Amino acid sequence: MSTSTLKPPPAPQAPAERPRRSLAETVFRVRELSIGGALVLLILGTWLANPSFLDSQGVKDLLLNSAILVLLATGQSVVVLTRNIDLSVGSVVGLSAFACGSFVSGSDHSAVTVLLLGTGLGVLCGLVSGALVSFGRVPALVVTLGMLYVIQGIGHAWAHGDQINAADVPQGVLDLGSGSVLGVPYLPLISAVVLTGTAYYLRTYRGGRELYAIGSSPEAARLAGIPIRRRVLAAYAFSGAVAGFAGALWLARFGTVVADAANGWELTVVSAVVVGGLAITGGVGTVWGAALGALLLTTIGSALVVLKVNPFWEQAITGVLLLAAICADRVVRHRTTEALRKRRRP
Amino acid sequence: MNKYVRYLRWDTGLGILLVAVLLAGAGSTEGFAETTNLSAALNDTAEIALIALPMTLLVVAGQVDLSVASMLGLSSALAGALWDAGWAFELIVPVCLLVGVLGGLLNGWLVTRVGLPSLAVTIGTLTLYRGLASVVLGNKAVADFPDTYAQWASYTETVPGTFVPYPIALFAVLAVVAAVVLHCTGFGRSMFAIGAQEQAAWFAGVRVKRIKLVLFAVTGLMASFAGIVYTLRYGSARADNGLGLELVVIASVLLGGVDFNGGKGTLGGAVAGVLLIGVLNNLLTLNDVSNEIQVIVTGALLIVSVLTPRVIAVLGERRQRRTAAP
Repeated sequence: MSTSTLKPPPAPQAPAERPRRSLAETVFRVRELSIGGALVLLILGTWLANPSFLDSQGVKDLLLNSAILVLLATGQSVVVLTRNIDLSVGSVVGLSAFACGSFVSGSDHSAVTVLLLGTGLGVLCGLVSGALVSFGRVPALVVTLGMLYVIQGIGHAWAHGDQINAADVPQGVLDLGSGSVLGVPYLPLISAVVLTGTAYYLRTYRGGRELYAIGSSPEAARLAGIPIRRRVLAAYAFSGAVAGFAGALWLARFGTVVADAANGWELTVVSAVVVGGLAITGGVGTVWGAALGALLLTTIGSALVVLKVNPFWEQAITGVLLLAAICADRVVRHRTTEALRKRRRP
Repeated sequence: MNKYVRYLRWDTGLGILLVAVLLAGAGSTEGFAETTNLSAALNDTAEIALIALPMTLLVVAGQVDLSVASMLGLSSALAGALWDAGWAFELIVPVCLLVGVLGGLLNGWLVTRVGLPSLAVTIGTLTLYRGLASVVLGNKAVADFPDTYAQWASYTETVPGTFVPYPIALFAVLAVVAAVVLHCTGFGRSMFAIGAQEQAAWFAGVRVKRIKLVLFAVTGLMASFAGIVYTLRYGSARADNGLGLELVVIASVLLGGVDFNGGKGTLGGAVAGVLLIGVLNNLLTLNDVSNEIQVIVTGALLIVSVLTPRVIAVLGERRQRRTAAP
């Protein structure tokens, strides 16, 4: 560096700057690449140890197991991008699954009605959280923790220990959870569609970019005239909608549900998002990363089962991998910042 | 506006609310004011109360520890496994506490040295410690702990002359210590400084990293101690003890008016928050209100607790604007 500052940069050197910049930019993208790489390594390693991991049933299980988590992680990322958090998703899933279940029990409602009902319920929950956060201007963690209890309580009070039985759920709804098109189950397809749509919106549309702006610097976003309150409200409504939708899918997949079906899932979802490289402080990351994080968490669980690891070890190993992923992400980000700083220096 | 807020501080309001609820409960609910009930109600909050103390300091310093309930479970599982292996209980306790400190140090190290946000770190260690707990004890349950210690933790044994059970008596002592540390020492002021503006605190010479590390270690220590209390109180060591308790602890602290963004809050408020949730739950149970409604009440209280100061502030601003307008 010191030599280049001594002599004036000759003209032919200018093109040489190009590859360096693209390197830094690649490192930026590596964040998703590294999670994807870890995922591929994990899948390959498990497959080598036990080939049945990747037979058609194994792949199907993997996709089905991760579908709902991917969906929830997508919704959560949109909120996390705005420097907020939604801890109520687990309880929304439970409430929605139970509500949908009791709605269709013993009737012949179609799958579409159920999905609409679940989504509607989720939007309602999301709007309440969102309104409290955006218009009350209060910490999101506190509000959504409160909403977690309220929604959970409503679900429990309503269910009163009852459960929905698969036998009462119409076949049309159950088919949604177990059916497939060209060998690919519906659930992961639906998740992929929602994921792609969200990613496209965040990347391309003004509203999506504004979510990033809000998360990066709320003050700057406010000065730039971005309608922060409306955007945050919308983000929560979306997260709620996805959670409610996931609840309906939960019913379709399992048939038998209780009101606290997804109890404790909020932290799993946040884990997936964090592992996926979204900064908990907002403004950084993509939903692709979050989806990869969700996929990674699910795959770790499945791989440990296939590798016949003592189930008591499963959670501990997941915890270590989680920490490793967070640390690795931090190191990559640090390197990137360094690389960018070097580039900027004359 | 300052004057307005000063007289309507949330934590003093909460203290008044607590007294009001106590009086209302004594007046309306039979059996509430009986000493055995009060002992039981207090003792039911023991673990939450104990963990809430260091958690308050941590949140004031702008950090959070979600791994406390997992550490409680790990400590309980470890106590069970060692007891099963024939260790003396007097030896088990320090080992569990040491593990708690080590767990806290790991959290602190990841936050201060690696530079990760505490929310992300402790979500990771939440999974790790709970996993270690099930590695240590599997799905066994160990009971038959020595009577002297089980008695110590039960609500029937109280400090002579009062209705205060021993875990709560200990909590009271520790609460005073924590309050003095937080509000009367330079160490406590540093926590507020870190929570308010970490970089400014660092420039002002506050040893930010060391303080954070100490706070995480103390939180781990208290969580593992709460694990021992939990084990003795329920007479059962299990790997899944205290599952989900971290959110209840944080809810109590936040209800007490401690600002989640750091830099604001009082220990008295946090204690009032813990007690209010405990007393309300007890009252609702005595009145045959179902557990579900209790959960809803907790949630609603939490939301109200962050909204009220905000509403007061907005009203204050409005009043100020009206007086300033002409």
